[in-house]
Amino acid sequence: MTIQAYLRNDGRKGIRNIVAVTYLVECAHHVAREITYPNRDSGAHLIGFPGCFPNAYSFKMLERLCTHPNVGAVLLVSLGCEGFDKGRLLEAIRASGRPAKLLVIQDAGGTRSSVAEGQAWVSQTLAQLQNTPRVEMAIDELVVGTICGGSDATSGLTANPAMGRAFDFLVERNATCIFEETGELIGMEHWMAERAQNPALGREIVNTVAKAAKYYAIYGHASIGPGNADGGLTTIEEKSLGAYAKSGQSVISGIIKPGDVPVAGGLYLLDVVPDGEARFGFPNISDNAEIAELIACGSHLTLFSTGRGSVVGSALAPVIKVCANPDTYKRMAGDMDVDAGRILEGRATLDDVGREIYDLILRVANGEPTKSEALGHQEFILTYKSFEPLGPACFPSAA
Amino acid sequence: MKPFEDVGARAVMILSPGDNIAVAVRDIAAGEKVELDGRAVVITAPVLTGHKIAARPIASGERVIKYGAPIGKATAAVAPGETVHLHNLTSDYLPTYTLDEGHEFLKEQHQ
Repeated sequence: MTIQAYLRNDGRKGIRNIVAVTYLVECAHHVAREITYPNRDSGAHLIGFPGCFPNAYSFKMLERLCTHPNVGAVLLVSLGCEGFDKGRLLEAIRASGRPAKLLVIQDAGGTRSSVAEGQAWVSQTLAQLQNTPRVEMAIDELVVGTICGGSDATSGLTANPAMGRAFDFLVERNATCIFEETGELIGMEHWMAERAQNPALGREIVNTVAKAAKYYAIYGHASIGPGNADGGLTTIEEKSLGAYAKSGQSVISGIIKPGDVPVAGGLYLLDVVPDGEARFGFPNISDNAEIAELIACGSHLTLFSTGRGSVVGSALAPVIKVCANPDTYKRMAGDMDVDAGRILEGRATLDDVGREIYDLILRVANGEPTKSEALGHQEFILTYKSFEPLGPACFPSAA
Repeated sequence: MKPFEDVGARAVMILSPGDNIAVAVRDIAAGEKVELDGRAVVITAPVLTGHKIAARPIASGERVIKYGAPIGKATAAVAPGETVHLHNLTSDYLPTYTLDEGHEFLKEQHQ
């Protein structure tokens, strides 16, 4: 199967054709939401940043998201007095060849006139985006992220290793695959280090997980919640063991940080835990914070495994939900794209489900809506963080 | 058996040969007999899908092994067939946050 993609002026290829309505402070959120609403099922998605104080991480995130290959045009919605550097963001989006408009609520005369002006621009721009050139996209141009949420003890037995198989199929074909949440890989660092492309990267992986453990220790407990425990996961190591299975068995080619787009195919670990002293609270306050980071790293779509039964999707990039637990699937089939619980019931093998996920990735890349897309899920969250730049050992292939 | 092989349709399974716990692949009622290491063991308390039982005697302080990897230390002695969870297993790294009464983290929150 070939993928028919949308070709952007910067040469990148997207699998969706979206106008990103982007609020630059919480004070502009309502206006941006009202602008998005009439077109929310026809390609207008809402993203944004709530803070008034500038932050390098959130700027980089919004810059990468607004120039993501699935995004064809951007409407920036500013109150007018917030700290966000809107001029620099607008310039970066225009430099990528995407149509962009800055709407400043204080200049446009308040809520009513801003909403009217924004809605008109979005409708007109969506119509123009119909003319975006379609081109073939090879599998090695595809970027796929993976995450788990609402995990129980079945996640690590069925959905996660099946997604790992799908990752192995993708990496064999030189696609780019990204796994993440180093705080949920605690206890797995030495196994991961053995899979690193070289020993220096292996040491970086161990250091990255140690940083995550230290960070979570400051906040008093690990990234394992009451729902996880009800689902049979007792310790962070046990949760990690299951989460780790999502990465498959391929060689780990590098470590990236939020907003870094890998330049070559392969399997990458996304380090989501901030650098330096612990600031701004928990590294990722909920699953969508991680999905947004995977998208900012170029993910065209995300694989999401759930045992307890998460319903989320995402703005900008489709989410494929793989349900680990057969009982959960029976209750929530309308939210789930893949029934991996069949493995537990002896009705399918890991390879069967891995192959099914792989085939579904290609169909979704070709435009088939996922369950969460069809249900209108467009969750998005972005908060404060701080990162240091990557060290040379993190990208052995580029050295 | 390698990690992450297929699990099949039994009541419990030992994921890797060195493991001292087994995982329920379906809900198991109290009083059911399951086979562990070739011996029949009576399950004393209900076990939900994905939850763990001891596959052999585990001493207090002993590492609990799943998929060949340590997932923490036993805080009490556990007999084969008994459940292994928050009441008798703790992390070597970081505590688990639960909503149970009396949890250290919650005590702090409620002060």
